[in-house]
Amino acid sequence: MTVLVVAEHDNRALKPATLNAVAAAAEIGKAGGGDVHILVAGNECRPVAEAAAKVAGVAKVLLADDPSYDHGLAENVAPLLVKLAAGYSHVLAPATTQGKNLMPRVAALLDVMQISDISAVVSADTFVRPIYAGNALATVQSKDAIKVVTVRGTAFPPAEGSGGSAPIETVEATPPAGLSEFVRAELSKSERPELTSARVIISGGRGMQSGDNFPLLEKVADKLGAAVGASRAAVDAGFVPNDYQVGQTGKIVAPELYIAVGISGAIQHLAGMKDSKVIVAINKDEEAPIFQIADYGLVGDLFKVLPELDEELAKRQQ
Amino acid sequence: MHNPATQRAGGEMKALVAVKRVIDYNVKVRVKADKTGVETANVKMSMNPFDEIAVEEALRLREAGTVEEVIAVSLGVPQCQETIRTALAMGADRGVLVQTDAELQPLAVAKLLKAVIEKESPEIVIIGKQAIDDDCNQTGQMLAALLGWPQATFASKLKIEGDHAEVTREVDGGLETVRIKLPAVVTTDLRLNEPRYASLPNIMKAKKKPIVTMTPDELGVDPTPRLVTLKVEEPPKRQGGVKVGSVQELVDKLKNEARVI
Repeated sequence: MTVLVVAEHDNRALKPATLNAVAAAAEIGKAGGGDVHILVAGNECRPVAEAAAKVAGVAKVLLADDPSYDHGLAENVAPLLVKLAAGYSHVLAPATTQGKNLMPRVAALLDVMQISDISAVVSADTFVRPIYAGNALATVQSKDAIKVVTVRGTAFPPAEGSGGSAPIETVEATPPAGLSEFVRAELSKSERPELTSARVIISGGRGMQSGDNFPLLEKVADKLGAAVGASRAAVDAGFVPNDYQVGQTGKIVAPELYIAVGISGAIQHLAGMKDSKVIVAINKDEEAPIFQIADYGLVGDLFKVLPELDEELAKRQQ
Repeated sequence: MHNPATQRAGGEMKALVAVKRVIDYNVKVRVKADKTGVETANVKMSMNPFDEIAVEEALRLREAGTVEEVIAVSLGVPQCQETIRTALAMGADRGVLVQTDAELQPLAVAKLLKAVIEKESPEIVIIGKQAIDDDCNQTGQMLAALLGWPQATFASKLKIEGDHAEVTREVDGGLETVRIKLPAVVTTDLRLNEPRYASLPNIMKAKKKPIVTMTPDELGVDPTPRLVTLKVEEPPKRQGGVKVGSVQELVDKLKNEARVI
């Protein structure tokens, strides 16, 4: 058995989520005694394949370089994976929006059920996955010949991005499907780390009252090298864009330190951050449910607490 | 290839929405003591919230004159009729129930929907990006694959222009816009719209709207699950910690006790 991991990338760099999927693949490989390969499908994406070849524990990198794979359109990439899948026992991808979009299309074309968003590997055919927004964990066994799996990144510590030297093999592109085309992307530009790979995250909720108050969070974030997130309530209220959203319907994160500011702690938010190592809650309502899961709670007015926190961190950095 | 979009023009398009009956999103789910699943007896059931957004979007297309008819499909136990009635009360024109007591997994749902779609020939299928019970996020993509149609998942904006749709999608880094040929499958994200509430007169009217019932057998689909659920358990509980009295104390603890800054 051999496990194929679909790389997440932007044609220039390998995205960290790939390394978490490789870690899950390595566990499956260990359970069944097989190798791990990475597929890099993109346009002028050889640098990504070279980065993938350095990932520890990877035996081979497949490179499919074609203009039709440029934006990872599922209609074009799925046939490639279907063609390649015949040689594999498992096909994995990170459970990012990219992986979630692509993999069910592949699974259906292979006539197999996908196993979505796994959080643990029990054996080569049995996996644990969260259901009901993480309020229950299901252990499921697949009866299909090829296992198509998406991986919850926060559940698997990333594989080392260096130390490997896998050969790169070019594979022939499949013809474009001609069903869809990329028009444009409006991606948030930020100097701060990405939410899903940040070591520290500070998130604001409805208590922030307005998007204009988010700079209070950003100042603290910059002192800590943190990413800035938000609850669904803050996104729904239009304070910040949706890609800030942490929760069941947003991003799933598990940083070393998660600071929730003015967030009450709705189930849907907790589903996205409760696996963080250390949780801090800052809220003026001492009954807020977020305090029930926080390691450190501070009851107070965030408009006073945040500037104080900023000042305290500045003082200690001197 | 099957392409009804070229056969019918403008306002004669049909939209099909799929609606799933799930435990209401306000219910705190409880894992059964025998670990076979979660408790569903005497629990409030509702339409999957993402599917409500799908119904709303289809209705808006009809109100804009782009679509002529909205068909709501649900699959599962007889009580899924109630979920279809909810869609009809919101304004959908008629319903289809694929009735079975079998456990339905996304691949089977996609196959059953495909069979219904081949009878109905809609130009656009709109469904929720995921169901809040199994959190699979698969059905729309699988359906598009089986039909050989394009897919636009996690939609936050949908515009139909002739025989194409331009769809803005919520992706990890922000937004992405794609242009897809019709017929197509679109899956909804939260910000696509705010679903309407059904008014009392519309709830009454919905009782008279037709619902056709069919079975997987009649549709020629074997819905046998491919995944076996071995057990369902509660996740480990996180213990609450301590309250701190000041910002200084907080920073001290994070530095010296938790050692995370």
